Amino acid sequence: MTAILKREFASYFTSPLGYVYLAVFYGFSGLFLWLTCLSTGSASLSSTFLWMFFIMMILIPVLTMRTMADDKRQKTDQLTLTSPISLFGLVAGKFLAAFAIFLIGAVIMLIYAIFLSSAVANAGNVFGWASVWGNFVGIILMGGVFISAGIFISGLTENQMIAAIGSIGANILLCLFDIISGYVPIEWLSNVINSLSVFYKYREFTYGIFSLKNILFFLSLIVIFNFLTMRVIERRRWS
Amino acid sequence: MIEVKNLCKSYGNKPAVDNVSFSAAESEILGFLGPNGAGKSTTMNILTGYLSSSGGEALINGIDILEDPVAAKKDIGYLPEQPPLYLDMTVDEYLGFVYSLKKCKLPKKSHLDEICGLVKITDVRGRVIRNLSKGYRQRVGLAQALVGNPKVLILDEPTVGLDPKQIIEIRTLIKRLGKNHTVILSSHILSEVQAVCDRIVVINKGKLVANDTAEHLSHNLSADHKLTVQIEGPAKEVQSLLNGIPDMVEVHMNRTIDKTVTEFELNAKEGADIRREVFKRMAARNYPILLMRSSELTLEEIFLKLTTGDFYGNIENGAKK
Repeated sequence: MTAILKREFASYFTSPLGYVYLAVFYGFSGLFLWLTCLSTGSASLSSTFLWMFFIMMILIPVLTMRTMADDKRQKTDQLTLTSPISLFGLVAGKFLAAFAIFLIGAVIMLIYAIFLSSAVANAGNVFGWASVWGNFVGIILMGGVFISAGIFISGLTENQMIAAIGSIGANILLCLFDIISGYVPIEWLSNVINSLSVFYKYREFTYGIFSLKNILFFLSLIVIFNFLTMRVIERRRWS
Repeated sequence: MIEVKNLCKSYGNKPAVDNVSFSAAESEILGFLGPNGAGKSTTMNILTGYLSSSGGEALINGIDILEDPVAAKKDIGYLPEQPPLYLDMTVDEYLGFVYSLKKCKLPKKSHLDEICGLVKITDVRGRVIRNLSKGYRQRVGLAQALVGNPKVLILDEPTVGLDPKQIIEIRTLIKRLGKNHTVILSSHILSEVQAVCDRIVVINKGKLVANDTAEHLSHNLSADHKLTVQIEGPAKEVQSLLNGIPDMVEVHMNRTIDKTVTEFELNAKEGADIRREVFKRMAARNYPILLMRSSELTLEEIFLKLTTGDFYGNIENGAKK
């Protein structure tokens, strides 16, 4: 797993992909920091986080689009799949590499928070760290879900563009469950869809509520998508 | 070392490998021959655990590749048809990655140095693979298969894209490796298989059509004992002299090479050796023999006969004899 993790991580920086991802992430976070905090004089980062959530929905598929698809296209999967490593190690390595890049991007939000908190302290007020941590944990978990879903979809195709567009679609759909559930007339079905809703649970984090139930929900989504990725690779061997 | 029993694989309804069985002993170079689309690569992909079979078993060192893939894969070095290279890495980074991927225990620096020396890529180790020529890429692919010094080497068309000098180098290397590795080498270049391999497995349309040494194959297939001779002397007289040889069935005048030299095709009774008799009779009349060769089939001819299906029955007959 560590071999895969190291190689994948390094590969984000031997191509422009890692740099472009981080540049866009940092650029938009700076823009939204200015729009929602600096220009309005607000000391709450909640709106900035919310905007970044939507940016992540579109940006993370770019990070994950080639993870599996490119291996298949370049036939490098003939090396990884004939090496003495487990399927789990392969998928986990790829997931963690993408996740590490995502973390390097997301950490900028904490730096903004430190910067804002010192400004707030200088003005003699108390900075709302609980909300920052809630938001931060929220986007970290959400990022994990987007990444694992993206890798899964990348495993379904050989084409990076299809992987990216498919993942963006899937991410949007994941977050639309809330709205969809409101239009389902059958009550139990509406409840089921609502309980699968990602956005609703994410919102709870942004209010600073750490519920174990929600954390487990996100972690299980990550595990399920990674498991599905393993099944997709396995199934290809048997087809 | 490698044992394949009744291996089957179908893509949908189309069988790609149909009930193929063969084995390769330790320190044996097995040639895997067949036209394009015969199922060579599929068989190799099953042996290396990249694909799963739909029936039968493949044992590497006694370990079933489906039952304990991680253990079986430790003993395999695989060079697929298209070398599995990460184009964005340098050769050194790539081999280092393969080294850790294969959980290799040998001392890293000296092991990789040795491999690079063997396949002659030492001078490009710092270069990005994307910028390498096809020949170099192929050799980096071969280097990758050698990492960890696996007991079994499976090479899918290892000399594709190399220039003639490199081809000879790689063949020499494979022969050397064959002394302490089990090597399976696929190719559609017949001379390559003939030059390198101890034994040849021919498959066509997913089915095994032959499994023998090159010499046996060619001997068994050319059941009629034919000679081709070129003799300097008056054609008519030479022909009647040849006709006088006991056991001679047929003398056929092939062509006149120049005014005095004629080529004949001699067809003797099965099992008869008429070479000495031909020499004696021509020597007695002072007609020099400029060429004499037995018309045993070349591997090219065997291959065509086997894969076009005409001579399928003949091998079995030949083998029984």
